[in-house]
Amino acid sequence: MKGYRSEQKGTTMILFLEKEVDHHLAGEIRKEIDDKIDCGSIHNIIFDFKGVGFMDSSGIGMIMGRYRKVRFFGGKVAVSCIERRIDRIFSMSGVYQLIPKYPTLESALESLK
Amino acid sequence: MRKHKEFSITFNSISENEGFARMVVMAFMTCLDPTLEEIADVKTAVSEAVTNAIIHGYNNKDDGKIKMECKIRDNHLHIEVSDQGVGIENIEKAMEPLFTSKPEWERSGMGFAFMEAFMDELDVISSPGKGTKVKMVKTIYSA
Ligand SMILES: Nc1ncnc2c1ncn2[C@@H]1O[C@H](COP(=O)(O)OP(=O)(O)OP(=O)(O)O)[C@@H](O)[C@H]1O
Ligand SMILES: [Mg+2]
Repeated sequence: MKGYRSEQKGTTMILFLEKEVDHHLAGEIRKEIDDKIDCGSIHNIIFDFKGVGFMDSSGIGMIMGRYRKVRFFGGKVAVSCIERRIDRIFSMSGVYQLIPKYPTLESALESLK
Repeated sequence: MRKHKEFSITFNSISENEGFARMVVMAFMTCLDPTLEEIADVKTAVSEAVTNAIIHGYNNKDDGKIKMECKIRDNHLHIEVSDQGVGIENIEKAMEPLFTSKPEWERSGMGFAFMEAFMDELDVISSPGKGTKVKMVKTIYSA
């Protein structure tokens, strides 16, 4: 059980997060994304939260960290399919001041075109 | 019916144990018949406290011991998470939202803010070089 899946569409990487995003999972996701950013194959990242029931501050740190990294090369980060509870955690942390949310993955992809 | 029960466990400071700690507390509190929202609140707070013990208390080293003690007294759930790690110099400052001593590790400084928001009581006892204990209480209203 890995806890997430990833897919690449052009230069956009989509992370399909699953169930619980904590310090443990955040560390693994960070490694995979950073390898792809460092070799220059991705520019934008979408974190899709469909089916995610849990996230703590480690998820916030991981997403903000990736935002800072891709922004350096002019890339963008978006989040999609956020349920109410995770929405509250994002709002409290001020994430939406920098990273937009979209109701669906399709609309997030559209926004990056 | 009055409820009165407790347990404590000790586990080592590896990140896999964060999910384990959340599961154990969730199982323990089901007798109070909590709402999904209440369960999620407690899971978040436990995750923050245990993660802090691992990352800050033990500087990400895997040989530290973390103790979690839980008690149910009527409809109050008491949780204490303690480590014997580095401790906190200035507790008041540490608890300010967005304060982190580890920005280079991509911490956001929201852990204590979440514990405060999602639990009814939060108390932090710590001394440098000795360790840290986080005490939290949540009242389960459906109980
Ligand atoms: N168990 C602990 N031992 C030592 N220091 C701690 C402990 N818990 C918290 N701290 C200190 O308190 C600060 C604030 O903790 P808090 O959980 O609010 O933020 P963070 O862990 O830095 O970031 P985040 O939780 O958002 O990932 C930490 O940066 C650390 O300096
Ligand atoms: Mg923390």
